[in-house]
Amino acid sequence: MSKMMKPSRDVGIVGYGAYIPAYRLPGTEISELWRDGQDNKFLPVKQKSVPGKDEDTTTMSIEAAQNALKRAKINPAKIRAIWVGSESHPYAVKPTGTVVAEVLGIAPDTLAADMEFACKAGTEAMQAGFAFVGSSMGEYALCIGADTAQGRPGDALEYTAAAGGAAFIIGPAEESLAVLEGSYSYVTDTPDFFRRAYQRYPEHGNRFTGEPAYFKHITSSVSALLEELKLKPEDFAYVVFHQPNSKFPLKVGKMLGFSKEQQKYGLLSPSIGNTYAGASVVGLTDILDHAKPGERILISSFGSGAGSDTFSFMVTSKITKAAKLAPKTKTYIDRAIPINYAAYARLRKKIIKE
Amino acid sequence: MDIPRYWRLKSQRYRLQGRRCTDCGSLSFPPRQVCMKCKSRNSEPYEFKGKGKLYSYTTIYQSPDRFEQIIPYVVALVDLEEGVRITAQLTDYFPEQLEIGMDLEMVIRQIYEDGPRGPILYGYKFRPILCPGIES
Ligand SMILES: [Zn+2]
Repeated sequence: MSKMMKPSRDVGIVGYGAYIPAYRLPGTEISELWRDGQDNKFLPVKQKSVPGKDEDTTTMSIEAAQNALKRAKINPAKIRAIWVGSESHPYAVKPTGTVVAEVLGIAPDTLAADMEFACKAGTEAMQAGFAFVGSSMGEYALCIGADTAQGRPGDALEYTAAAGGAAFIIGPAEESLAVLEGSYSYVTDTPDFFRRAYQRYPEHGNRFTGEPAYFKHITSSVSALLEELKLKPEDFAYVVFHQPNSKFPLKVGKMLGFSKEQQKYGLLSPSIGNTYAGASVVGLTDILDHAKPGERILISSFGSGAGSDTFSFMVTSKITKAAKLAPKTKTYIDRAIPINYAAYARLRKKIIKE
Repeated sequence: MDIPRYWRLKSQRYRLQGRRCTDCGSLSFPPRQVCMKCKSRNSEPYEFKGKGKLYSYTTIYQSPDRFEQIIPYVVALVDLEEGVRITAQLTDYFPEQLEIGMDLEMVIRQIYEDGPRGPILYGYKFRPILCPGIES
C-alpha cells in the first residue's frame, strides 16, 4: 500500500501570508516574577509574541488571509472553502471562518469550518484544502493555522505560549508558487497535552511531551514521506518543523539528517515563541519569502494528542513576483513592541475586575 | 445585546463600505442615503481602500462601559485617501509614534465583547502603515 497522499489533480499554494502580533514578552520577565530569575540563562525562547487587547484568532486569521489574497491575486469569490485550524477559536460555538469569509469578500458561495488538532490544526486544514482542490470540488480553498495560546501563570508553557498565524490559498498547480509533491499524515492516541472543556489552561505530561510525542511523530511522518518520494534530506533546500521551543526543531532535524543551514529560515520560535497551530506554517511563510524557483521545501507539523503532517513542495517561478506583493513575515517579526509582565497580564486577561 | 444592528452594519464595519452618489460622485462614510452635496437619493455601495492620514486624535481614559476593558485608547479623525474624514480607534502603535499627518491603514479588530455571553463585535481600526511600498 502506498502511504503517500496526493490528489489525482496537481495542486499547490497560489498565495500565502502571515500575521504576528506586535507585542513581545521577554522570557526574563516570567523568570524574574516566578523564579527569581533562576532560569534566566536557560530560557526555552528569548521572547514570545503577545496579542493586543483587541486581537484574537479571528482578527489574526483575517490579516494573514488578506496577505495571502494579495499574493494570489484571485477573485475572493472563487474561494469555495475556508478552514481555520486553531485551539483558540474565539467562540466555543460559532465558526471563525464565516467572519473571515465575510471580511475578505469570499462569502456567501463557500463552505467554512473550524478545525482543531492542537498545534497541527493548520496543516490539517491544508490537507483538507489540497484534497478539496485536488478533487476539483472547487478552484481554490483558504486554509489557515492561527492561535492565541494561553499558558498557566508560572507554568513552563508560559514562556512559550504565543500568538500568530498563517494563511494559504490552495489552487491548481499551474497557478502555484509552490507545487505539492506529496504529503503524509501520522496519528496515534498519545495523551501528551490536552485541555478539557471549559478549562482555561491546558495540562501537559512534562517529559512525556518529548520522546513519545514530538520526536516519535515527526520522525515517523517525515521518514515515511521521504521513503515514498524517494528523496533524501539533502534534496531539500529548506525544512521547517513544529517549534514548541528553540531546541526541539534543531534536534529533530539532526535526528533525521537535516543540517542547521536548512533551518536558516522558518525557525522563528526563538524570537516569537510557539504559535501553536501557527508555528510550522508561519515558518513556511518565512521560507517562501526567501525561496527561489526550483528549490524544494519540507514542512512537518506536530499536534499533541498526537499527530504529524508532512508535505513536500517544489517552488516555481511564480514565487519571485508573489513574495513582494504583501508584507514579509520578517516585517512582522521586526515590528516588536516590548512589554513587561504587568502589561502582559492585562493583555491576556489574567487580571479580572469584579 | 443588539444583534440585528451588528448584523446590519457588518459591510460598513468589515469592509469600510460607504456610498457613492451616482449623480455627482460624492462619497460618504458612514453611508448616507441622501447626497450631502447635491441632495440626490441615487447612490451605490462604495468600498474605501482603507488608507489614510492622521488628522487629529485624543486619548480616552473615561469610556462608555463597553470599552472599559481597553482604556486608555486613542480615537482619531482619519482622512481617507478618497477624501472622506472618518472617526476610528487606533491600534498597535509604539508609544510616541503618533504624529499628525502620519500614514495609517485599516485593520479588522475586536471592537468589544458584548459581555461574557454576548457576541464579539469586529470592525475597522487604523494603525501606522506597516509596509508603505505595498499597494493593496
Ligand atoms: Zn451627489
